[in-house]
Amino acid sequence: MCSGRVDLEFVLRALANGMDGVFIGGCRLGECNYVTHGNYHALNMALLCKKIMAHIGLNPDRLRIEFMSAGEGNLFTEVVDDFTKQVRGLGPLGKGEGEDLEPEVLQERLREVTKLVPYIKLMMNPKLSQRLSPAEREDFYTTEEIDALFSEVASYFIDPEKCQACQICLRRCPVEAIIGAKNQIHVIDQDKCIKCGTCFEACPPRFGAVTKITGGPVPPPIPEDERALARKGKGAEA
Amino acid sequence: MNSVDGEVGDFSVSLTRKPRYVNEDLCTGCTTCVEYCPVEYPDQFNQEISDNKAVHIYFAQAIPLIAYIDESCLYLKEKKCRICENVCKADAIDLRQKPEKMEIKVGAIVLAAGYDTYDPSLKQEYGYGRLENVVTSMDFERLLCATGPYEGEILRASDRKHPHKIAWIQCVGSRRVTPGDNSYCSAVCCSYTQKQVILAKDHDPDARCTVFHNDIRAYGKDFERYYQRTQELSDVRFIRSYTTVAREDPQTKNVFVRYSTPDEGVKEEEFDMVVLSVGLNPPADYQGLADKFGIELTEHGFCLASPTNPIGTTRPGVYVCGAFQGPMDIPESVFTASGAGTQCGELLDYRRGGLTRERVYPAEKDVSQEKPKIGVFVCHCGSNIGRVVDVPNTVDYALSLPNVVYAQEQLFSCATNSAKQITDTIKEKGLNRVVVAACSPRTLEPLFRDTLREAGLNQYYYDMANIREHCSWCHSKEKEESTRKAQDIIRMSVARAGHLKPLQEMDLPVNKAALVVGGGIAGMTSALSMANQGHEVHLVEKENDLGGMARRLHYTLDGLDVQQYLDGLMRRVYRHPSIHVYTNAEVTEATGYVGNFVTKLTSDRGPSEIRHGATVIAVGVDVYTPTEYLYGQDDRVLTHLELEERISSGDEAVTGAQTLVMIQCVGCRNTDRNYCSRVCCSESIKNALKLKEINPEMDVYILFRDIRTYGMLEDYYREASAKDVKFIRYEPENPPQVEATEEEGRPVLQVSLMDYVLGMELAIGADIVTLAAAVIPREDNKDISQLFKVSLGPDDFFKEAHVKLRPVDFATDGVYLCGTAHYPKHIPEAINQAYGAAGRALTLLSNDIVTVSGSVCEVDEARCMGCGACGQACSYGAIEFRKTKQGKKAVVNPVLCKGDGLCNAKCPTGAIYLKHFTDEELLSQIDAMSATA
Repeated sequence: MCSGRVDLEFVLRALANGMDGVFIGGCRLGECNYVTHGNYHALNMALLCKKIMAHIGLNPDRLRIEFMSAGEGNLFTEVVDDFTKQVRGLGPLGKGEGEDLEPEVLQERLREVTKLVPYIKLMMNPKLSQRLSPAEREDFYTTEEIDALFSEVASYFIDPEKCQACQICLRRCPVEAIIGAKNQIHVIDQDKCIKCGTCFEACPPRFGAVTKITGGPVPPPIPEDERALARKGKGAEA
Repeated sequence: MNSVDGEVGDFSVSLTRKPRYVNEDLCTGCTTCVEYCPVEYPDQFNQEISDNKAVHIYFAQAIPLIAYIDESCLYLKEKKCRICENVCKADAIDLRQKPEKMEIKVGAIVLAAGYDTYDPSLKQEYGYGRLENVVTSMDFERLLCATGPYEGEILRASDRKHPHKIAWIQCVGSRRVTPGDNSYCSAVCCSYTQKQVILAKDHDPDARCTVFHNDIRAYGKDFERYYQRTQELSDVRFIRSYTTVAREDPQTKNVFVRYSTPDEGVKEEEFDMVVLSVGLNPPADYQGLADKFGIELTEHGFCLASPTNPIGTTRPGVYVCGAFQGPMDIPESVFTASGAGTQCGELLDYRRGGLTRERVYPAEKDVSQEKPKIGVFVCHCGSNIGRVVDVPNTVDYALSLPNVVYAQEQLFSCATNSAKQITDTIKEKGLNRVVVAACSPRTLEPLFRDTLREAGLNQYYYDMANIREHCSWCHSKEKEESTRKAQDIIRMSVARAGHLKPLQEMDLPVNKAALVVGGGIAGMTSALSMANQGHEVHLVEKENDLGGMARRLHYTLDGLDVQQYLDGLMRRVYRHPSIHVYTNAEVTEATGYVGNFVTKLTSDRGPSEIRHGATVIAVGVDVYTPTEYLYGQDDRVLTHLELEERISSGDEAVTGAQTLVMIQCVGCRNTDRNYCSRVCCSESIKNALKLKEINPEMDVYILFRDIRTYGMLEDYYREASAKDVKFIRYEPENPPQVEATEEEGRPVLQVSLMDYVLGMELAIGADIVTLAAAVIPREDNKDISQLFKVSLGPDDFFKEAHVKLRPVDFATDGVYLCGTAHYPKHIPEAINQAYGAAGRALTLLSNDIVTVSGSVCEVDEARCMGCGACGQACSYGAIEFRKTKQGKKAVVNPVLCKGDGLCNAKCPTGAIYLKHFTDEELLSQIDAMSATA
C-alpha cells in the first residue's frame, strides 16, 4: 500500500469522527523506489481535500501532507510536533473555525460531501493523477472551481412518462440505485445515487427517459402503486 | 579468512570467527544492554565523531540487527562490570565466547572486499586532523545523516555550530602522481559531492556552498542533469582550480582556502568548514587478500581481471564484484554482484538446489464463515516496550475489545518458543485472527504470518500493531499516555483484524526459456551465461549478423583486439546447442507476464512464436550524425568511429596527417541531448595514442569541455599528455569554428577557438578533424518499450526499475536490461551488466514457480462503470478493459499488479479494491481510532 492509496473518504471520515487534524505521511517526492510515484497522487488528493474543507467552512490547515524518508525520524518528530501545535492553536474541530459552525451543520456538510466523493473523483480525475512541481501546487485547485463543482452537482431522474422499463439502466447502475423490474417503471433512489451518469448514457436515445437536472429540485418518485407499465397507449386507463 | 585450499569447484576455506560475545540466536536487538553499558567509545560507524557503547548494534540497518561487544568492554579488558549480562532478559550475552575456527567447503568464491577511502592526514597540505573544521567527505556523509553523530545536524567540531559557508575540495588523493596519492580518478567523488551540496542546502537553505574542482565528471546516467540541478541552487559556486588549505583563524577556527582565478590570480577565502572529497583506495589489506586467495592485482592494488570478463580473477573459481574491481558507483557495483552470481551458477549449476529443503505446512482450515475470534499477543520486547507501556493492563484492555477471545503477554514474541506458543494457542483456543502488538512489521511480519500457517490458518488473518517504534520508543518518558496510545493502536488493529479476508498467493509456473533482444556483446554474453546454466535462449538480432556496435570497434585502451574477441564470442553463441539465433528479426507482438511470456517475431527463420519465462533487452545504441563542423560537407571531417575504422584499415590520409584535431561533445551535453555520452573522452584518447604510436610526429589536439576519463582510464589521459597530445578546453557558449581554407598553399581545415589558459584566440590548421559524435538511443526504442511494456527515461534510454538499487531490472517483472540500451558504456561495463542481467534472470528461471502476493487488486464487476480512472492510475499495465453486455469493465491481471492501491483511491464506485487494504478494513481502523474507550 502506497500513500497514494489514501482516499479522500478516509480524511472526511476522520473529520466526521471528530478528529481535529489529519496528517498524511509519504515518501520523499521524486524518490519512489518503484515507478509509480504514488505520493504525487496523495499530494493532489490532499490539495483537493483542503479546498473542499475550505468550501464547507473548515480550516484547511487541519490537513497536512508531508514527505520524508524512513531514515528521517527527527524530521518526522519536528513536523508532527509542529502540526500538533498548529492544530491545538486552531482549537477543536468546528468550534475553532471562527464563524459559529454548529456541530450538526458541520456533520451534515461532511455527510453531504462524503456522499459526493464518487462524483468528485469522477469530475476531478484528470487532475488527480498529475505530477505537480512546487510552483504549480498553490493554485492547482481554485476556490471558484470547487464552488462550481458543488453548485453544478447534477441529479438524474427517470421520466415515468418515457420509461419503458427495459432494465438497461437498472443493470448498468454500478451502485444498484435504480429500483424497478420488468414492466415496472424505474425509479432512482437519490440516496444511493452517486451521480455518475451511467443511466443517462445507457438509456436508449429512442426512449430518452433519463434526464439530468442541474440546480433545480428533483421531482418526487412516482408512487409505488403507479409503476406498472401501461403498454397500449395512454387512452386505455380510466 | 585464514587460507584457501583446493581448486575450482572444490575449495576448502579456513575461517576464524571473532567472538561477538552475544548469542545470535537469543539476541532480539532490543538494545537494552546498550543503554545500560557504562563504556563510551568512539563510534567507528560515525567516523569516531561521536561515541557509542562497548556493546552496540553496528548501525541502524545492520543485518542481523543484533548487538555485539567490542574491544572497549570493561569485562574483556579488566574482568569488571557484566552489567549487560544482568539487564539482558533474553540471556543473550555470552562473555565466554572464544574465537572459533571453522572450515567450509565451497565450489566458488566471490570477493566483494569493497574499498577504503584515502586518508588525507597523510598530507600536510589539507590540514586534516590538524584543523578541526576540515572534514572528509565520509565525515560529512555521517554529519548529514539522521542516524549520524549529531542526529542529522551538521555541526562543526570546534564550536558545535552550524557552518554556513562550506567548501568542498575535489580530487583529494586522486588524479595525482605524487607519492602517496593515486594516479587514477576515483570515479564517484564529483557526483557524491553534488549530492552533499544538495543535502547541505536541504539542511540549511541559506548555506553558501563552493566546490573547487578539476574536470567535473558527470559521466553516469542522469548525472549531467544532477550536476545542473546542483549548479542552479542559490549560493552554489563551482570553481575550477587547484586548491590548498592555507591556515585557520586561531579565534574563529574558520579555514582559509587558497585557489587561483583567471581574472584575479591567487586568492584566499575564508570558510566555516572544508570538506575533502577523498578518493577511493583498494581495500586496506589488498596484498594480504591477494596472497590468501591466490589472485593477482593491478599496479594500483585492485583485482586484476581480463577486459572481457571483469568479474573473473586470475584464479578459476574466484570471482570479484564491486569496487575491488576498481572505483565504481552503486549501479555498476550491483551489476557486478548479480554478474558474480551468474558466473558461480555457470560453474555450479549441476549442483543447484542440492542443499535446499522444502517447508511443509498443515492444510489450511476454512474459517471464513466463522465469527471472528481474535487473539492478541502483547510483547514486552524485553524492557523496550514493557518499561514504558503497562503491558498487563494492555492485555486486560485487549480482552475488553469486540471479537477478542484471548490475550496474553510475551517477553519476546519473536523468540522461537514464543512463536511456537502463538501457533499452539491458535489451535488450542480455536483463534481465527491474530494480532501481535510488538514492533515494526518491516522485519517480523513474515515470521508471525508463518506462525499462522503452522497452525493451519490463512496467513492474511494476521495484523501487526507496532507499539514499539510507533509508541514506546518515541514517548519513553510519558508512560501513562504511551499505555493509552498502545491501546489505541491495538484497538485499531483488532478492528481491522475483524474484517480481514483469507487471501491466496498464486503460484505460477515458470517457463525455463529466455528471450534476448539484441545480439551485440551484451546480448550475446547474457545469452551464453543463461544457456550455460541449462536454459534455452532465443537470441533476436535486427541485423543480418550478430555483433552490434562492436563490429565498428577495433581496439581498446587496455589492448583488447575487439574483432578477434567478437569472432570468438559469436562462434560460441552460434555453436551453443541451447542458443537459437534469429537474424534480420523484428518483434511483432509481445504478450504475457513474468515466467510466461509469448513473443511473436519474423526473421530469416520465418515467423516464430516463442514462449519464454524471462526477457533481456540489450538492443544497444546508435551514433549521432553530426550537422556541425562541416561534417557531411567536407570529407576530411570524420566521426571518431570513422576515424577508428580508417586507422585500422591503414588509411594514410589519416595516419600520415600532419595535424589532427578532435572535437569532443558533439551532439550531446546540449539542450537536444542533455547527457554525457560517457565513452567519447576515452575513445578520443585511445585514437590519439594509436595515432601517436603510428606517427609520433603528428600534432594531435583534443578540444574538450571536461575530460571524463574516470577510474583507471585517467592513466591513459596522463599518457596522452605525456606524449604531447594537446588538450585545449573550450566553453559551450563559445565552441570551436571549423573552416576549409589554405595555409601556405596547403589545404587545411582551420579550427579556431579561445584558449582559456593562454587567454588568447588560437587557430589550428588541421588535415583531419574528428568529432566525438554522441551516443544516442535507437530510434525504435519507443516501439520496443511499448511491446515489452517497459519504460524509457527522459533521454530515451531504457529506464531501469531503480537507478541505484535495481539497475538491471525493469519495473515489469521478468524483464531485464543490459548494455548500452541502458546508457552508453565501455565494453567491460557492458559485459559486467550483461552478466548481471543473466544473474537476475536466473533468480527467476531457476525456480519452477513464482509466487504472487495475495494483496493485489480485484474488481467487483457489477460496480464497475468503465470510467477508466483505475487504468490511468496504474503504472504496471495491470488493468485491462473488457467489453461486456453491461459495457466496458475493468479486469486486473493479478500477476502484474504490485498492490500500491492507487486505482482504489481513484475509483468512484469502489468497484476496484486492493485486497488486504480495502476501504472497509481501513475505515474500520479510522473509526476505531476515534472511538476512544
